[in-house]
Amino acid sequence: MDIASSAPPRRRSSVSSATVRARRQSLRGWLYATPATAVLLGLFVIPLGLAVWMSLHRWPLLGDVQGLNFPDNYTRIPEHRLFADAVLFTVKYTLIIAVVLLVLSLGLALLVQETKRRRTGFLRTAFFLPVVTGLTTAALLFLGLLSPSAGPVDDILGWFGVRVDFLGDPTWALISTVTMMTWRFAGFYMIILLAGLQAIPGDVYEAAAIDGASRWRTLRSVTIPLLRSSLAMSAVLIVTGGLVAFEQFYVLTRGGPDNSTVTMVMTIFRQAFSQFDLGTAAAMSVVVLVGLVLLNVLQLRVLRSKDEVA
Amino acid sequence: MRASTPVTAATAVPESPAGPEDLGRGSGSRRGRQTGREGPHPLARLLRPLGVIVVVVLVVFFIGPILWVGWGSMQEGGGLSGANYDRLVNYGAGLWTYLANTGLVVLVTVVGSLAVSIFAGYAFARLRFPGKNLLFVGILAILMVPHTSLLIPLYIWLDRMGLGNSLVGVGLVMVMYQMPFSVFMMRNSFEGVPRELEEAALIDGCTPRGALRRVVLPGVLPGLVTVALFAFLASWNEFVTPLILLSDGDLYTLPLALVSLVQGDWGMIDFGALQAGVVVSAAPCVALFFFLQRAFVSGFTQGAVKG
Repeated sequence: MDIASSAPPRRRSSVSSATVRARRQSLRGWLYATPATAVLLGLFVIPLGLAVWMSLHRWPLLGDVQGLNFPDNYTRIPEHRLFADAVLFTVKYTLIIAVVLLVLSLGLALLVQETKRRRTGFLRTAFFLPVVTGLTTAALLFLGLLSPSAGPVDDILGWFGVRVDFLGDPTWALISTVTMMTWRFAGFYMIILLAGLQAIPGDVYEAAAIDGASRWRTLRSVTIPLLRSSLAMSAVLIVTGGLVAFEQFYVLTRGGPDNSTVTMVMTIFRQAFSQFDLGTAAAMSVVVLVGLVLLNVLQLRVLRSKDEVA
Repeated sequence: MRASTPVTAATAVPESPAGPEDLGRGSGSRRGRQTGREGPHPLARLLRPLGVIVVVVLVVFFIGPILWVGWGSMQEGGGLSGANYDRLVNYGAGLWTYLANTGLVVLVTVVGSLAVSIFAGYAFARLRFPGKNLLFVGILAILMVPHTSLLIPLYIWLDRMGLGNSLVGVGLVMVMYQMPFSVFMMRNSFEGVPRELEEAALIDGCTPRGALRRVVLPGVLPGLVTVALFAFLASWNEFVTPLILLSDGDLYTLPLALVSLVQGDWGMIDFGALQAGVVVSAAPCVALFFFLQRAFVSGFTQGAVKG
């Protein structure tokens, strides 16, 4: 505005009309962004603040806040027997699912890329189809598939004289869940990796071929290094998803047998809705949240995301 | 790893240009090159049947469960029968109630996501206003927070606002979860429509609103379809949000009802009705996948490339 007032009259009018235009644009921008801002504030920022507030107080499920309870809600977390176990189990599950999913999705992506053209579409659709079903639906499907009375898997294994208690044994419950999650998500990561594969220029492969590199050597020294950003992206998504795992275990194993498959988020859920203790549940949520945000920031820094904001 | 995972994919890899349909293209030439180099090595010939077996096993693994559940849902006592579906229809408050509940959540989520993202996407793509970057970062931050961490305070907060134990409340929360994807998608869609096109319409005598309606909106239609599609998939399949926010069994959405079918009475599970339920729950998603594949891909490429 200083410039406008000190400028000669003729220029002032043009500058001020630009200011008016900019101001009008700001106004329109705010107006258009209002619904998004309202949703962000009302359903994200305020609840997030409330989570922190709740974590400082004694807060039963039914009834109102009952006074400050800091730092008890937090100091009690390490003593919580199930929570420590849940952290270990969640990390273990995340590592397993990350390795299994990355290896299989890469294999699928290479397979689709390498097969004859007319089969490519079929394979891609076949591998991708489970992705469109919901996670809960997939878990319910596997619950039927693996059940001794209704599912075919038990019968098929029976022909070979093998008997497996898919959901009644701690190790098998984990394997079953990992299998279900692989079924549901491999196609999704395959798509991400396929996109990455297509971004690799063909002449790199030509150079490798001229150098006489074997197929395996080409994969190891050309494809995988050049696919690094897609692989890293997939790893970030899998790790984040694994650490907040809930539905897959809630539906398939219900945390059993003997609480052997209880995840962090499941502990939070139980603390809130079985122990009726929202304060401690909120404190656990805050701990998980801070951990995840730190991990995400770290991962994004490693990725050096090219995604510029706005 | 939720139904809405493509969200994060689109936001985090803006450079990935391809959706499921695009991906086979251009692979042929590379394959040709590689097989040409390899030659009919005796070991390769020996390994070929093994490769076929691996492919068959993989296809059976991914497609088999879907075929099994579709076939099994129509079987009863060794013959074709609709008995499983009959029992599903009459389960609990009735399938139609659960479908109507899910429909309401879906409606709020789809309409809400479209409304929010059209305006916000336009503002982010075309307008300059203070606080723009902060708002955008705030919206993307939603991706970083695990759902459960938010649902516990939301359970209290929605109740205070008179939206506790309500399907509309669940839908609004879903709009919030979808917002990073829908806003990002629409911002990129609007950026994809050349500004010159809009200016030309203005010069030709369109009002700003008319230019928006006649030139810009048709251009971002694929983006809108994609936003609606993912809003549908996310809200149709969502489990945790209604699980925590709804306490009334008559308000249950389909996934909740199906899980209670399994966990309701311990011991006996009606697997036939469960299979029918899985089919009812998966069918619209599979159908949409086949119908909207093209729209999905074009929206995805248009939205994602420009990031």
